[in-house]
Amino acid sequence: MPEHVSQSLARITRLGRRCCDVLEALGRAGLFLVQSAFSMPSREGFRLWLRQMHFVGVLSLAIVLVSGLFIGMVLALQGYTILVDFGAEQALGQMVALSLLRELAPVVAALLFAGRAGSALTAEIGLMKATEQLTSMEMIGVDPLRRVVAPRLWAGFISLPILTVGFSVVGIWGGYLVGVEWLGVFEGSYWSNMQANVTFIDDIGNGIIKSLVFAVVVTWIAVFQGYDLVPTSEGISRATTRTVVYSSLAVLGLDFVLTAVMFGGL
Amino acid sequence: MKRSKTMEFGVGLFMLAGIVGLVFLGLRVSGLSLSAPTETFRLEANFANIGGLKPRARVTMAGVTVGRVEAVELDTEWYDARVVMSLDSELEGQLSRDTTAAILTAGLLGEQYVGLSVGGDPEVLENGDSIRDTQSALVLEELIQQFVSTMAKG
Amino acid sequence: MTDAGFIEIENVHFSRGDTDIFRGVSLSIPRGKVTAIMGPSGTGKTTLLKLIGGQLAPDSGRVIIDGQDVHQLSRKALFRLRKRMGMLFQSGALFSDLDVFENVAFPIRVHTDLPDAMVRDIVLLKLQAVGLRGARHLMTSELSGGMARRVALARAVALDPELILYDEPFVGQDPISMGVLVQLIKRLNQALSLTSVVVSHDIKETLSIADYLYLIADGEVVAHGTPQSLDVHDDPRVSQFMHGEPDGPVPFHYPAKSLYDDILSEDATIRVG
Repeated sequence: MPEHVSQSLARITRLGRRCCDVLEALGRAGLFLVQSAFSMPSREGFRLWLRQMHFVGVLSLAIVLVSGLFIGMVLALQGYTILVDFGAEQALGQMVALSLLRELAPVVAALLFAGRAGSALTAEIGLMKATEQLTSMEMIGVDPLRRVVAPRLWAGFISLPILTVGFSVVGIWGGYLVGVEWLGVFEGSYWSNMQANVTFIDDIGNGIIKSLVFAVVVTWIAVFQGYDLVPTSEGISRATTRTVVYSSLAVLGLDFVLTAVMFGGL
Repeated sequence: MKRSKTMEFGVGLFMLAGIVGLVFLGLRVSGLSLSAPTETFRLEANFANIGGLKPRARVTMAGVTVGRVEAVELDTEWYDARVVMSLDSELEGQLSRDTTAAILTAGLLGEQYVGLSVGGDPEVLENGDSIRDTQSALVLEELIQQFVSTMAKG
Repeated sequence: MTDAGFIEIENVHFSRGDTDIFRGVSLSIPRGKVTAIMGPSGTGKTTLLKLIGGQLAPDSGRVIIDGQDVHQLSRKALFRLRKRMGMLFQSGALFSDLDVFENVAFPIRVHTDLPDAMVRDIVLLKLQAVGLRGARHLMTSELSGGMARRVALARAVALDPELILYDEPFVGQDPISMGVLVQLIKRLNQALSLTSVVVSHDIKETLSIADYLYLIADGEVVAHGTPQSLDVHDDPRVSQFMHGEPDGPVPFHYPAKSLYDDILSEDATIRVG
């Protein structure tokens, strides 16, 4: 057999092996999600969940709110300069609210969440794995999926939508500050245009569905990366980076798909 | 266990803030009113051309919003557009049979909506009836074409 | 049934990837004794403990604890069996989000419904046994390595298990805490009539507490016997390990061709290049 034939055969084999690896990892991750997310809740579990809500949700609040404020202000400023050319600056409220609710709040909050809470989750669980805490828990007869992973998953699932709502509220207020207080858009038209054009189900509801999807994906990636990493210090740092990269890509890609389904008439 | 009490309080506050935020978005931003969704009834209208009219567009009467467009579809019998509207049920049995519907544009480039104006017929429109007297959307290109051809003739 | 050990490991094969770690290991661990499993680093001693604890499954062979085949048990039965085992990990593996008291209380809270006052009494007794009752409010990050291992020991015996597995208990300890640990393991074994399995390569300390030794190398049991009998064993591999000789059957040099050839060939390539 000529050499280049056998070489390309080897290449195809490598490709196949790569695909199998990816599929296997996906399968493991899926099983992991189902096993841990749907473990039986208990009183103890509620306490653990509360603790994680504090770490994952409450401690991310500051960064999310500050970013929301700035993004709302920038939106108002940018939107004003464009709208004023058409004499349509009274549509500012509508523009700010719609861009925040449909797009920016779910996406930016999810990206911030991946950086702030996701990487911390990966590092924390990774450290627990590296120091054999997960194994020792298993030896004591406690399932670490239930005790360590499940509360973190649920805390993430619930925190991010709340953070997204906070982001929108603060952003709309930031837009109000810049548009009304500073640039002099009439206050009544800021709110009334918003109210006339924002619908609860289609805009707010879809935004929250988006953020729920992002919450599941980001938390899942973060926790799984922590649980599945190579338990060394290098492994932890790599997994942390992977968490941020994978979740950012997943959020942006899914955002396109969700937007196409929700608003694109698909 | 003092530390965990403050933590619990923090989480509680966080959840509460989420709910309050959602209520704010609902009431203040999307203008949702707490009253039950109003009863509606349906009317249909056929237009030769609807321009850029979209489902969920407003239906107004003397500038006051009285309903919205539910669906826009092609009527294969006449090959024109059938617009289904849902209107406040207060108006059921109030609109005369010769009510006209026109597709209007908010501002020069604004969105399109349906404007209703009442006629004088003693008979009234009921749920599911069709408005016969309609006025299609103004399509800017056609308007310009007309203008150019009259200019050429003149 | 007379002389069957508490743990019977029968002809266990285990491989990770392409490397065989165990090629037919059989050993028997008697009840109420301290059995040491020794061998050079990288021979899979920790893996053996994981096989006993049911965290890994062998490719073939059986691990029987008190008449139960560990790897045939349902998940529930396995967790029930683990309740009767304690394990001391190399790093201590204390839960970093709990303080010392809660760490020791953890297995008790998980497996029993005892009232808080009783949990407290038990925990304080266990901490007293390892001499750290005064340290109960410290967080685990504030403990020294030796203290962490003592707390881990207290946690391992919190439920009064029948069997304790020690994974390298002496590694990285200063002489004082080493002495303390040796004392503790010996005392606990006698006081609670536990069955202990110590995995280690610290010969002196292990010999001083072990009743019986197994020596593992190259995936097999090389020798076994009482400490005295192994000390005078005539297999060169055994005596090399037992006396810590730098060269012997386990070579000092990583496998390579002879130095003479290597230098010459190196020379040759340079000349050609």
